[in-house]
Amino acid sequence: MTKTHVSLTVNGEKKDVLVDPRELLIHTLREQMDITGPHIGCETSHCGACTVDLDGKSVKSCTMFTVQAEGADVTTIEGLGSPDGLHVLQEAFKENHGLQCGYCTPGMITRAHRLLQENPNPTEEEVRFGMAGNLCRCTGYQNIVKSVLAAASEMNSAKEAAE
Amino acid sequence: MSVAKPLPHDAARLHVTGTARYIDDIPVPAGCLHLAFGLSPVARGRLTHVDLAAVRAAPGVALVLTAADLVRPADCSPSAHDEPLLAEDEVHYAGQPIFLVAADSHLAARKAAALAQIDISPLPAILSISDALAANSRFEDGPRIYGRGDPDAELATAEIVTEGEIEIGGQEHFYLESQAALALPQEGGDMIVHSSSQHPTEIQHKVADALGVPMHGVRVEVRRMGGGFGGKESQGNALAIACAVVAQMTDRPAKMRYDRDDDFTITGKRHDFRIAYKVGHDAQGKISALVFEQFCRCGWSMDLSLPVADRAMLHADNAYWLEHVRITSHRLKTNTQSATAFRGFGGPQGMVGIERVLDHVAHVVGRDGTAVRKCNFYGAPADRSDQGALPPGGAAASPQSISAKAIYNGTRTPYGMEVTDFILDDLVARLESSSAYAERRQAVAAFNAQNAVIKKGLALSPVKFGISFTLTHLNQAGALVHVYQDGSIHLNHGGTEMGQGLFQKVAQVAASRFGVGLEAVKITATDTAKVPNTSATAASSGSDLNGMAVRAACDTIRDRIAVFLAERTQSDPTDIVFADGMVRVGGLEMPFAQAAKEAWMGRVSLSATGFYKTPDIVWDRIRGTGRPFYYFAYGAAVTEVAIDTLTGENRILRADILHDAGASLNPALDIGQVEGGYVQGAGWLTMEELVWDQTGRLRTHAPSTYKIPAASDTPDIFNVSLYDTPNAADTIYRSKAVGEPPLMLGISALLALSDACAACGPCYPALDAPATPERILAAVARARGALP
Repeated sequence: MTKTHVSLTVNGEKKDVLVDPRELLIHTLREQMDITGPHIGCETSHCGACTVDLDGKSVKSCTMFTVQAEGADVTTIEGLGSPDGLHVLQEAFKENHGLQCGYCTPGMITRAHRLLQENPNPTEEEVRFGMAGNLCRCTGYQNIVKSVLAAASEMNSAKEAAE
Repeated sequence: MSVAKPLPHDAARLHVTGTARYIDDIPVPAGCLHLAFGLSPVARGRLTHVDLAAVRAAPGVALVLTAADLVRPADCSPSAHDEPLLAEDEVHYAGQPIFLVAADSHLAARKAAALAQIDISPLPAILSISDALAANSRFEDGPRIYGRGDPDAELATAEIVTEGEIEIGGQEHFYLESQAALALPQEGGDMIVHSSSQHPTEIQHKVADALGVPMHGVRVEVRRMGGGFGGKESQGNALAIACAVVAQMTDRPAKMRYDRDDDFTITGKRHDFRIAYKVGHDAQGKISALVFEQFCRCGWSMDLSLPVADRAMLHADNAYWLEHVRITSHRLKTNTQSATAFRGFGGPQGMVGIERVLDHVAHVVGRDGTAVRKCNFYGAPADRSDQGALPPGGAAASPQSISAKAIYNGTRTPYGMEVTDFILDDLVARLESSSAYAERRQAVAAFNAQNAVIKKGLALSPVKFGISFTLTHLNQAGALVHVYQDGSIHLNHGGTEMGQGLFQKVAQVAASRFGVGLEAVKITATDTAKVPNTSATAASSGSDLNGMAVRAACDTIRDRIAVFLAERTQSDPTDIVFADGMVRVGGLEMPFAQAAKEAWMGRVSLSATGFYKTPDIVWDRIRGTGRPFYYFAYGAAVTEVAIDTLTGENRILRADILHDAGASLNPALDIGQVEGGYVQGAGWLTMEELVWDQTGRLRTHAPSTYKIPAASDTPDIFNVSLYDTPNAADTIYRSKAVGEPPLMLGISALLALSDACAACGPCYPALDAPATPERILAAVARARGALP
C-alpha cells in the first residue's frame, strides 16, 4: 500500500510522518511519535480515552485518519503540562481526586481544557453534559466534575487578577 | 502520621500528565510480535475444518497456532483445568478463541485473523437459565443448599405468604484499559511477563504450567491496571499465556491487547441470576420464614463460579434476621462467556434478592419500605442473649411492640456466624435524618398525587457485606521492605493497584510506622520475584491484608534499629519513638536517615519481609456453616428517581450515602470508592444491559450498544459521607475494606424505580433488573394491573 506524507503540528512541534491511508491518528501519535498519554479505550469514538485537541476542537483520535490531520494543530495531554509544571487543570484533577485508575484521565483533562475555552464559567450541569463524551468507570464522576469546576474558578480568578 | 490523611492517589501526578505507564505504553524491544485470537462465531459445535492458509499468507504474519500446534496443553482456568487456551475439537461459546496469530503489528494480526475459513458443525447450544435447567446442565452434582430452622412449617402457618421472582442481568466490567499482556523472553528459557492482572501469582502459575517450567522460571510484574473490578482476576490468563507461549517458540517479545469488541466477546462478566422467593410474614412486614431459589448462569467454564454463587447465598440475608430460611443455589453451565468475578462477587445478586423481598413485602402490607426493613434488622449486639426469642406474649404480641424495633431479633446469620458489629440501627437513623427521608417521602407522595405522567420514587437500602475470602487459605499476604542507608524506603507487597488507591494507603501505613513523610517511601510494582504466593487483589481485601503485612515488615526493621540504638544509649528499646522524621531513644535524637545510616554501619539488616493471615475464620462451604468473614462492612443509601410513564425514561435525582470504612486510612480515596461503587452499582441495575441473540452471540459488544453511566447520568445531588467509627475487629489502624461494599448501595436506585412504578397503580410492579425503559414500562403496566 502506498504511504502518504502528512505534516502536522503536535504540541507545538512540527511533525512529518509517512502513514498508511487508513492509519488512525491515535496510532500515529502512539506508535510513530511515542506520545502515549492519549489512550486506546474502545476505538469506536465512544469512551474518550483518546481525546486530543485539534484546531480548537475536542477530537477522538481513534476515529480520525491521520491523513485528515494534514496541516492540523494537535495538542495532547503532554502539551498541557509536565510532571514538574502542571497546568491548572492537571493540578485540580490531582488535588480533587478526579481520577482513580487514571486511564481516562488524559482524555478527560484534554476535553475539560477545551470545554473551559468554549465556556469559561460553566455551571455544574454544563460540565456534566460537556464531559459526557468521556467515560470513566471508577470515580462516578463526582470528583471529575469538582476538578473541572475548581480549575474554572482558579483560571477565572487568575484572569481577573491579570486584568 | 500519614494514615487517615486525605492524600491524592500516589500516581496522580503521572496520571494527569499522561506519563503513567500501562502495558500498552511500555516501550517494547525490537522484533516484538503482536497477537490476536481468531474467535468462534458459533455458541456450540464441532470444529470440522479449520483452513488458516489465508491467515498465514497475510502481510506481516509470523506465526499462526491452533491447539494442535502447541507443544504442551495450555490451560487458562483458575479452578477446574477446563479452559484450553485454544479450542480443541469443540467450541463452547461464541467468542471462544480457536487460533492465535502473531504478526508484526496489532492491526496486521487482527486483519489476518479475519481471513480464516472455519467450518463448525453446530450442536444444540444451552444459552439461558431455562435451557440449562431443562438440560440439567450444571456445575457440581446438584444445587447447594444452606439454611436453618423449618421454613416450610413456618410458611404453612404464616399470616401472609408472598411469592415472586426477579431476573437480574449481568454486567460487563468495562475497565477502560482492555486486557493486555507483554512477555519478554530471557536467557535460559526464563520469562518476564507484564500483565494487566489483579492476580500476578496466578499469571505466574498458569504461564509456568503452559511453558513447562517451574514457577521460578517466570517473573510477573504488574505496576497498575486501568481498572479491574474483578474482570482482571482470571480473565487475563489467556493473554499472558498466549504471549509467553509465542515468546518461548520464537524467542521474540510478544504483546497482546484485546480490541474492545474482542474484550466484550471473549471475556466473562458478572453472573446473571434469577431469584425466586416465597416469604412468610405478618401484617407489619416482619418476616417469619423465607425460601430462596437462586439460579446462576455461569457460562461455559467453572472459573470462579462456585465461590461467586456461595457468596450470593451468604448475602441472601443482607442485614436481616432470618430465623427460618432455606437458600438453594443452582450453578448452571451454559454456552456463553465464562461469568466471572465482578466487584461484590455474587454478594450483590444475593442482596438484590432479599431487598426485592422486602420491597415486595412492604408493598403487600402497605408500609414504608424503610420501616419494614428496620423491623427485620439483626438484633443489636447487646440483645444477643435473646437469640431469636419471640417477644413476651409470643406470636400474638401487638404489632407495635414488634415493628418499633426488632430488639428480639437474633444476631446469627443463616450460616451460623454471630453478627457482633451490627451498626445499621444507628447508621440508618443518621442517614434518614441527614437525607430528610421522612419529609421527602411525603413530598414524593404529594408530587405523585399531582402528576399523572412523571412519577417519582424514593428508597433506602442498607448494605452489610462480609469481608474475607470465603476460600480461607487465600486470606494471607506478604510484603518486602528495604530501608536504604540514606533513609529512603522501598516498599513492595502482593497487592495490585487498579485505581483503588491501595498503593497509597499501604504507603501511608509504611510512612506512619517509620514516622517519616510519604516522600521517603518508594511504591514499587507488584512483582512475583519480590513477594511470592500472593492472593488476588480481590474480595476488598487489598489494604486489610497487605497493610498488615507491610506493618509487620516495617516493625521488624524498626525493632532492629531500636535494639541497635538502645544498646548504644543503655536504654529500653521499647521506648523508641519514630515520629516527625526523627528517631528518639534514651535521650538520643536523630533524623530517620541518620538512624538508617548508623544501623547500616553497625551491620544491622535493614531489609525484612512481612506476613499476615487473617485470624479467627473457619468455613465449611459444603455444609454452609462457620465464620467465613472476619467482620462486616456497612453502609446505606437513599435514592430518589423520576420516571416518565409514557416512555420509561428515568433519572436519578438525588442520592445520599452514609458508608462505613471504619477509621479510614484515607478518607478521600475511600469516598472515591463509595461514589464510584454507587454509580457502578446503579449502572448495573438500571442502564447496563447485555443482550445475547438466539444463537448465543453477544450483541452488546461495544460502548455503542452497551451503556455505562456518563457524567450526565449521575445524580444531580450526590451527598456522600463516611460513618467514621473504628472497626471493632483488629484491622490495620482499625480501618475497613471499602472496595466492593459501596457497589451494593446502588440497589437503592432499583428500589426507588420500583417505588416510582408502584405509584402508578395498586399492584406490585415486580421490576426486573436492569431497569431499562422497556422494563420500567412493563412494570408500570403491571402496577396498573394491565400485565400479569
